[in-house]
This record gives sequence, structure tokens and C-alpha cells, in this order.
Amino acid sequence: MGFFLEVVLGGLMAGVLYSLVALGFVLIFKASGVFNFAQGAMVLFAALTLVRLMELLKHTFNPLLIALLLTIAVMIALAWAIERLVLRPLVNQPGISLFMATLGISYVLDGFGQAVWGSDVYVLDVGIPKRPLVLLESVVPGGVLVPSEDLFAALIAGLLVVGLGVFFQKTRIGRALRAVADDHQAAQSVGIPLNYIWVIVWAVAGLVALVAGIVWGSKLGVQFSLGLIALKALPVLILGGFESILGAVVGGLIIGVGEKLSEVYLGPRVGGGIENWFAYVLALVFLLVRPEGLFGERHIDRV
Amino acid sequence: MFYREAGQFKTSYGADQAVFPIHQDRIFVALWLAIAFVLVPLVSSEYLLRAILIPLLILALAALGLNLLVGYCGQLSLGTGGFMAVGAYAAYNLCVRVPALNPFVAFLLAGGVATLVGIAFGMPSLRIKGYYLAVATLAAQFFLDWVFSRVAWFTNNTPSGSITAPPITLFQLSFDTPVRKYLLCLTILALFAMVAKNLVRGRIGRAWMATRDMDVAAEIIGIRPMYAKLSAFAVSSFFIGVAGGLWAFVHLGSWEPLAFDVNRSFSILFMVIIGGLGSILGSILGAAFITVLPLLLNQLPQWLGVSMSTAMISHLEAMIFGCLIVFFLIKEPLGLARLWRIGKEKLRLWPFPY
Repeated sequence: MGFFLEVVLGGLMAGVLYSLVALGFVLIFKASGVFNFAQGAMVLFAALTLVRLMELLKHTFNPLLIALLLTIAVMIALAWAIERLVLRPLVNQPGISLFMATLGISYVLDGFGQAVWGSDVYVLDVGIPKRPLVLLESVVPGGVLVPSEDLFAALIAGLLVVGLGVFFQKTRIGRALRAVADDHQAAQSVGIPLNYIWVIVWAVAGLVALVAGIVWGSKLGVQFSLGLIALKALPVLILGGFESILGAVVGGLIIGVGEKLSEVYLGPRVGGGIENWFAYVLALVFLLVRPEGLFGERHIDRV
Repeated sequence: MFYREAGQFKTSYGADQAVFPIHQDRIFVALWLAIAFVLVPLVSSEYLLRAILIPLLILALAALGLNLLVGYCGQLSLGTGGFMAVGAYAAYNLCVRVPALNPFVAFLLAGGVATLVGIAFGMPSLRIKGYYLAVATLAAQFFLDWVFSRVAWFTNNTPSGSITAPPITLFQLSFDTPVRKYLLCLTILALFAMVAKNLVRGRIGRAWMATRDMDVAAEIIGIRPMYAKLSAFAVSSFFIGVAGGLWAFVHLGSWEPLAFDVNRSFSILFMVIIGGLGSILGSILGAAFITVLPLLLNQLPQWLGVSMSTAMISHLEAMIFGCLIVFFLIKEPLGLARLWRIGKEKLRLWPFPY
């Protein structure tokens, strides 16, 4: 029983990490209708920039804070560049063109990040406590082992979701973003400047990528494989629906738990290593039952 | 001036519906085929054949298959690598376990196996579309990756996971020299391109294109969506499976499952997009572009006289590749095939500007 709880908790923690990456996807898809394959590359780029800047600035009075501010500025500049150079020329093109363009952006970011900052594995230490905690000693004999950095990750993700929720509901820009997500043309006719909004959305997604990069990076170290997390976040998006923040969170948790449980209980029977595809098959099964994802919007096709 | 069709009258419906109705087109295609079959093997070095032309032809076949699915039927698929793997491993297992089987028959049967797998993984397309379908096909890709790495039966229980293909022979003629391999791939590509061209001009092709444009309307006018979509998956997987078999047997020789991973799927998708969705010629042009580009990029620092580490070169390659893709999508979203068509239109009016 204790082992099962540990696996479930471990899965929930992993799921939180997936949700963080999926959040960035959802933000961009909601507001600009673009499926941003470059999100994983943005996570990697943000984490790389932060780590290397921290190293470069390590003799200043607070390397973490300065590096963080500089990285935020870099991600905003990146969002501006992407909007100006890629999104604006491709404004009315079909979705697949934009998808391929983001694929191209992910290649560019990968290459650029590694050319400028180097491709070693870097250790990211932002002060997240790494001591494992033993919880629920009274309920389960021996207690349940939970790494405290996973708890921190969950806390950060929760704060981020709440913060994004408040941003979308209470602020003027958040309202404008929701309007753009609903209907581009209507939003434009009411006077909302689309280009400006897209820069903001991509910048916010960049910041979410930074947070995801910090969390993943402290756990795994900042390395090239971080960019491949984008592929892992896709089943999360399918499960939760492409347009729902709540869906990204819930989907991430389900995928995380499902993956860990399947690896532990099903894996040994079929030779192990099913973590790679189990998430996809799970998402596929969900899709057959509910094609838009759990919280996605129903598409009504009109002829 | 040279390309006008004035004076070319057709006296039968068959002649009017020919694939190349214009006389100059026929001469042009015949010329290209002559160059490809006769001239290229004579003048090409072994490196050119092995490193550039043979992979180009095989990947063009795979891109052709994917173009039928994505460009003509509108079903986005990221599982190409997995289907190529199915073709490769099926061909290998058939050749190894049924030694009396001719390798060519093995290729065709492997294509058939890939067809069945393609239909199975194409079933979700009846319920889901667009990006969701793309991720479902990614599921196919990762699942097939795992199956060929973990299930030992497919690799004939080799301990290393990497298998070697038996040589291809036909009527005592062994296809071991680069020239013979090149001619083999060229023949197969030419045949399959002809089949594809006729398919898309016929009833099935029109059903595919109707499904791509507006599948609800297509269903209303009587095109059965299951038939259209699953037939697209079936034909496409056949092409891709045969391409996979060729890739493993002719180009690689010995391989492991990593040869057909998700990067392979993405590169073939790039070929289709850059070459032009919904165009047979586009698949071949796109394959040529994507195959030759990394080689050019690799040589670029040498030509410019700048020396840099190989790591830096590969990073620059990735950056330039990404930039080129975005550039292509902005400048010519319909791909190289569209540029070709514009060229032909200009040629019709030459020397006048319009």
C-alpha cells in the first residue's frame, strides 16, 4: 500500500512537471491558434540562458536575481522576434504551415542556444531544497518517501496556475487575451491590437517555459534532452484539450500517474520501457471516447 | 515560344485525358528519364550514388507515400518512421524466415504488412482530425519504435539489437554495386510515381481531395469517409513500407530501430511540406532539397574558409535548417512544386512577360 502511494505520488509530481510545459502550449494555442512545437526548445533555451548567466554573473551581489531578470528580458525579446519575423508574415496561412514554422523555430532555438551557451550538462541550483521527506508515517508503516523538490515543483506550478487564472480574469490584458482566443477578427474589430497581444502571449508562454525550465533543470540538470519534453507534453494536451489551462493541469496529472503506474505494474510483464509510448496510447484511448479532450471545446463543423 | 500547345489537337477522349497531353511535356519527361537511367550512372562517382542519389530516391518514395496521405487526403501523420520500420523489419523477417522467397516479393509483402499496420493506426482518423490525429500517429511511431526494440522475435533474437539485411538477388543478378542499386531504386520510384499519379487522377484521388478540403461536405455528397481515409492510409503505408524495406536493404545494409525514429518522420514531413503538399513532383523535389541540404551546409564552412569545431558546425546547420524552413514557408508556402509550375507558366509566355 505504501509502495502504491509512493508510485502515485511520484506520478503526480511527474505530472505536474508535464503540466508546466503543456501550459505554455495551451497559452499560445488559445490566443493565436498556433500549435507551438518550439515550446520544448523555449524551455531548454530559457534554462540554458539562466544557468549560463548565473555562472557569468557569479561575482555580483545576487547572481540569481540579476540572471533571472536578464533571462526574462531575453524571453520577451525572443517573443517579439518570433512575432515580428515568423507570425506576422504567416498571418492567414493554414495551421499546418504555422506548425511547421514553429518546428523550424525549435530547430533554430536548439542550434542557437547550444551555439551560444554550449551543450554540456549544467547544474541549476536556485535554492530549491532537495532533501527527501518522509510523510504519512502514521498512516502507512514506514511512511511515504517524497522528494521535497517535487513538492516545491507542485507548489510553484499551483502558484503559476492561480497567477495565470487571476491574470486572465482580473486584468485588462488578460481580458484582451481571452477575447483574441475567442475570435481574432471580432477582437480586432473591437480595437484590440493583435500583433501586440501575440507578443504578450508568446512572452508569457516564454516565462512559463522559464519556470518549467527552472523546475526541470533543478531536477535533471540543464541538458539537450530538455527540448524533447515537448513531445512528452503532447499527450497531456490531447487529454486535457488544446484550449484549456485546467485541462493541461488535469491531463498532466493523469498522464504522470498513468505512466508511472503502467511502468511499475505493467512494465515488467512486457519487457519494460513502456513509458515512452504509454502516455500516447492513453491519450489515444481518451480521444476515441472524447475527441476534443476532457476540457476542450467541441468543434462544430459546418458545411 | 517553345512551350505553346497551339496546333496540338486531340482526336480522342483518351488522348485528351493523357497524363502528359502536351507534346513538349512528353519530350521533357522522356529526356529526364533518359538522363536519370542512362547518363547519371555513367558519369556519377560512387560517392555521389551511395551518399546522395540512392537515399534521395528512397526518401522520395517515402515522401511520395506521405504526400498521398497528408497532401491529397489531408490526414496529418507523424508516424512515417514507424511505418518504414514495419516495412524494413517485415522484409527482413520474410527474407530470413522464408529463404526461398524472392527479395522483391518480400518487399511487396512487406509493403502489404505495412498497409495492414497503417490501416490499424489509421482507424483513429475516423474520429479525430488535425493536430489530434498527428499526435495519434506519434503514438504509432513511439509504439512501433518500442516494439522493434523490445520484442526479440522481430530482430531474430540478435543480442545487439542491430540486424543485417541479406543481399538482394534476382535471377542470378545480384544488386551489390552502387549503379545496380541506383537503377533498382530509380525503377521502383518511377513505377510507384506512375501508380500514384494515376491514383490521384482517378476516383480515389478525387475522394481523397474532397475529404481533405471539407470532409463533412464530402460525406454529404456520398463519399464514404471510412473508405476514403483508410484507403489513403493503406496506399500511403504501402509506399512507405516499401521505401522502408529499400532503405534498410539497399541503403543501410544493417540497422537498428533508431534508424526509423521520430526524426526520420519529421524529416520526411519536411520534404513533403517544402516540396509541396498535393504534388507528385513536389515529393521528389522536396526529398532532393532535404537530402542535399545537410551535405551543402556541412561543406559551407570549408568553402568560406572559416574553421570551426564540428559541434559548432552542427549547431549552425540546425539553425540554418530551421531558418530555411521558416523562410520557405513564408515565401512559398505551396512549396517547390509551385515554383516549378510558375516556371512552366513563364515558359509558356516566353519571351513575353505576360
